[in-house]
Amino acid sequence: MKMTKTLLASAVIAASFTAMQVHAADVPAGVKLADKQELVKGGEGEPATLDPQKIQGTPGSLRAKDLFEGLYSEGEGGKLVPGVATGYTVNDDNTVYTFNLRHDAKWSDGTPVTANDFVYGFQRLVDPKTASVYSWYAALAGIINAQNIIDGKAKPADMGVKALDKYTFQVTLDHPVPYFVKMTVNSAMYPAPKKAIEKFGDNWTKPGNLVSNGAYKLDTWIVNEKMVFVRNHDYWNDKKTIINKVTVLPIKDSTVEFSRYQAGDLDVTSFSGIPTNRYKELLKTTPDEVKVTPQLAAYYYDFNNQKPPFDDVRVRKALSYAIDRTIITKYVTGVGEIPAYTFTPPSVDGFKAKQPEYAKWTQAERNAKAKELLKEAGYDKNNPLDFTLLYNTNDGHKKIAIAVASMWKKTLGVNATLENQEWKTFIDTRNLGNFGVARDGWVGDYNEASTFLDLFKSTNTSNNAHYNNPEYDGYMAQAAKAKDPAPFYQKAEDLVIDKDMAVAPIYQYSIKRLVKTYVGGYQPNLEDNIYTRDMYIIAH
Amino acid sequence: MLRFIIKRLLEAIPTLLALVTLSFFLMHFAPGSPFTSERGVPPAVLANLQAKYHMNESLMSQYFHYLWDLLHGNLGYSFRFTDFTINQLVAQSFPVSAEIGFWSFVVAVSIGVLCGVFAALRQNSLLDYGVMAFANIGMVLPNFVIAPLCILFFSIHYHWLPAGGWNGGAWPYLIMPVIAMSTSYIAQIARITRGSMIETMHSNFIRTARAKGLPKSHIIIRHALRPAMLPVVSYLGPAFVGIITGSVVVDQFFGTGGIGQHFVNGAINRDYSMVMGITILIGTLTILFNAIVDIVYVFIDPKIRY
Amino acid sequence: MITNKENITAVTQFAEQVVEVEGRSLWQDARRRFFSNKAAVISLIILSIIAGLSIFGPILSQWNYADIDWEALSDISTLGSPSIASGHYFGTDPLGRDIFVRTMQGGQISLMVGVLGSFVAIVIGTLYGATSGYMGGRVDSVMMRFLEILNSFPFMFFVIIMMTVFGRHILLIFVAIGAVSWLDMARIVRGQTLSLKNKEYIEAAYACGVSTPKIILRHIVPNVLGVVIIYATLLVPNMILLESFISFLGLGVQEPMTSWGALISEGAPNMEIAVWQLAWPLAFLVVTLFCFNFLGDGLRDALDPKDR
Repeated sequence: MKMTKTLLASAVIAASFTAMQVHAADVPAGVKLADKQELVKGGEGEPATLDPQKIQGTPGSLRAKDLFEGLYSEGEGGKLVPGVATGYTVNDDNTVYTFNLRHDAKWSDGTPVTANDFVYGFQRLVDPKTASVYSWYAALAGIINAQNIIDGKAKPADMGVKALDKYTFQVTLDHPVPYFVKMTVNSAMYPAPKKAIEKFGDNWTKPGNLVSNGAYKLDTWIVNEKMVFVRNHDYWNDKKTIINKVTVLPIKDSTVEFSRYQAGDLDVTSFSGIPTNRYKELLKTTPDEVKVTPQLAAYYYDFNNQKPPFDDVRVRKALSYAIDRTIITKYVTGVGEIPAYTFTPPSVDGFKAKQPEYAKWTQAERNAKAKELLKEAGYDKNNPLDFTLLYNTNDGHKKIAIAVASMWKKTLGVNATLENQEWKTFIDTRNLGNFGVARDGWVGDYNEASTFLDLFKSTNTSNNAHYNNPEYDGYMAQAAKAKDPAPFYQKAEDLVIDKDMAVAPIYQYSIKRLVKTYVGGYQPNLEDNIYTRDMYIIAH
Repeated sequence: MLRFIIKRLLEAIPTLLALVTLSFFLMHFAPGSPFTSERGVPPAVLANLQAKYHMNESLMSQYFHYLWDLLHGNLGYSFRFTDFTINQLVAQSFPVSAEIGFWSFVVAVSIGVLCGVFAALRQNSLLDYGVMAFANIGMVLPNFVIAPLCILFFSIHYHWLPAGGWNGGAWPYLIMPVIAMSTSYIAQIARITRGSMIETMHSNFIRTARAKGLPKSHIIIRHALRPAMLPVVSYLGPAFVGIITGSVVVDQFFGTGGIGQHFVNGAINRDYSMVMGITILIGTLTILFNAIVDIVYVFIDPKIRY
Repeated sequence: MITNKENITAVTQFAEQVVEVEGRSLWQDARRRFFSNKAAVISLIILSIIAGLSIFGPILSQWNYADIDWEALSDISTLGSPSIASGHYFGTDPLGRDIFVRTMQGGQISLMVGVLGSFVAIVIGTLYGATSGYMGGRVDSVMMRFLEILNSFPFMFFVIIMMTVFGRHILLIFVAIGAVSWLDMARIVRGQTLSLKNKEYIEAAYACGVSTPKIILRHIVPNVLGVVIIYATLLVPNMILLESFISFLGLGVQEPMTSWGALISEGAPNMEIAVWQLAWPLAFLVVTLFCFNFLGDGLRDALDPKDR
């Protein structure tokens, strides 16, 4: 009884807050909530750590989103929603950001979340002593001295962050970054609880020690079995949070996750929760549970641009043209992936890459052109092109590699030998450049085109295709300074794909998730920033 | 007997040391390191990461560091689960696998031996063929087929059992992992028992016993069973270690959080300390159970001397 | 390609080994006894058929093991189901490749792996175990401790390192499998030997001054063969499944080539929608194993020195 009362109250507050665009579970009128507000969701495998500044990869960040809260969060469609910050001001050239923090934000031990906690968190991220593998993120954001501190050339105290007062946090950048606020959504930029970290050291992320400022706090962590979060009643918006308990299952294999979902163990799967072979059937049987939306991520093949025969643009183009992306996305991956002809996914915010010429051709035209180009480059039936296609051991990558190799064989007579390697060997081989063509993928770090296009700068360590073009570097440097970078992005995009075909874009990933019909408040967005505090369980 | 045990204990030390040494150095020859990731790690950060694990030192000095820590029972921090030490992870996961393993062992030995003995006594009968057909199928069905079949049948269609999880080892969570784990062992034990039993029943001393007119059940229980168990016991030593150290397939399908997947994933992630920790665990158990097997031999055949 | 031959040579070589020491009359005797065992003979015939099919079966189909049927790819669960009309007798895999041809091609690899693994296990495992058990004392201790080290050793690193040092080569898979297959065999044989060496006839041989290698080969080995053969038949499916794991690590069979183990692990997640992807390779593996078992029993009976 007491339950319904609080829920009713929270529903009312929810309605009044929505007008102010504040994040929280927003239950539509007329929806009857279930008595038991507990959610079980898929967790993409076990995270390496729960330390926000050290997290890399989705398993960690999806959990951190429930435990911690940064300056801003994301809502439906990726729009920014205030988190600990209530608002911000920025100077004219987009280099000084000043955030106003809410006064009622608290850690789960009851102490207030202040600007100093953000200063500590940011400094901690770049401090080599923390040894965070995600420290580059602060440098990417252009925070003053971030790179120097990472390189050990400056002290953490020299970082361009400061607490103007208890509730005002200021970040100074060394170059204009118009999208900086979007970057604060990432867990690397969450505040850190200094007291707990100093008290428990490496053990601070264990249940009982972990102090968090999000809607939930850590209750149980059994590696490879489950992680349980319970309500953090000190959370500033706790009144409007509905779900009381979150269980995250660290299942990595989508087939296993799917069977657990079928058996009713899971209410929400992870973002790769729909096995390809089940998609069609699910659309027929339970279409309401299938949620497929685009993801800010690209799947592509690296050509080794420095190594013959791939130093010849004709060979690269021929191979790229001959890939029938429609067949790959429709039948091989087959769960809402979008064929890609540009490197930057078209759904990225603020820049819609123009479709290049070859995207408009039919596959037959592309194949004809590919044959022509390859012949020009000196390869034909009598002198066939032979190379190795490298991929890391994974069923999905394997299928795509087989299909692509088969297309190359059929249209071009090219012999691509498939070679799979387990992950670390694969990374090692690819980093050393011991490949002809290699599988690659990139997930955007923030919703802006530079997270993708920066990859082809000659200095980028993730430039696995070893593309090196001063003209390209020039465009990207100009884009970084420009008020409106889109025209430069377009030039860069045209150069690297349409003209040089440094890599073969194949598709844009999709977020393919199963959500039980009784789970409300699921708000998909490009970066898969999903918060349990927005969700609720409908009576069923 | 006491001398034997002391001797084996003393032998265990150099054996383990050799195992540790061999594994430690070989492991570092594998390409990639624990810190290899798609995105390069900044040099200063990498240096600090390596320092945490003593990886900035020479391999030799790392080795002695490891031995020193090992002597203090400290298996080091995991490279993959950076918030945990190997001791914590093993303490969390080994009991799970051991419990699944213990019950699988009990099930496998009791059903396997029973099936094998009956099949052998009715050699070439319908019962024999039935049991052996079952055994053959059980041997061929890999656990990655049995596990999803179990889930499909018991959890999805009938909702009798939870599809996964461990919940501290409550019995409904235990059943399917035990089935998946024990099936192939049942089959193998049945097959070895049957073969060995047939051979024993053909041997001279059983013929003599029969000629003396002893009742059949008496012959089987008092005379045949014991020698027939010899190869089964030889098989069970290493098999038992395999059973209680879990299986990656069972851990992955049922989400039990056992130690099985740590070994495989540890190798894939180059989690050196994890691999070393589990290698030592397996090594210790192997040595222990082989010693036990050797002791059991003496009970089976009192003439055996070492 | 040499599976069938290998199969038979494995058996004959093995038999010859025994025979050379035991004399001609026993060999003939054993052969006569083996061929009078109907189950064993039928199994041998079926195994030969499977081996033959693995080699020549692909000719019977219009498809090649690497070909993708682009049409079937559009709807595997209906167009990819087994049918005579489409030429996919066993259906297709999730990529529209013909399961019949792939099962046959996979059979070549798997039979080789299975036979070779067992062969290594029989030869090395038996000799190692018999020597260790018969010599006893310090030799036994050292040999067994060595076995324990190998047994606990992280096998995956061995495979990963082998792959990076030698590159990928189909032969390496046999080395990797051979490296582990004999360990348990050695322990089982040693256990039997410990018991055997106290038997009167061994003691008599020793008293007559027969040399140690001769005692091991002539008296110990023939008497442990029963257990050895049974355990070897158990090893066959283990080796075949182990191969798919090794391929997973990047060593061994690479796509588009396949093996039964790989086909079964690919088919398992699809068993609800496309059961043929699992059923056919599994059926071949089950039948093969049955045959190996009966063959094993037949050989055991034929070679049993007690049944002379």
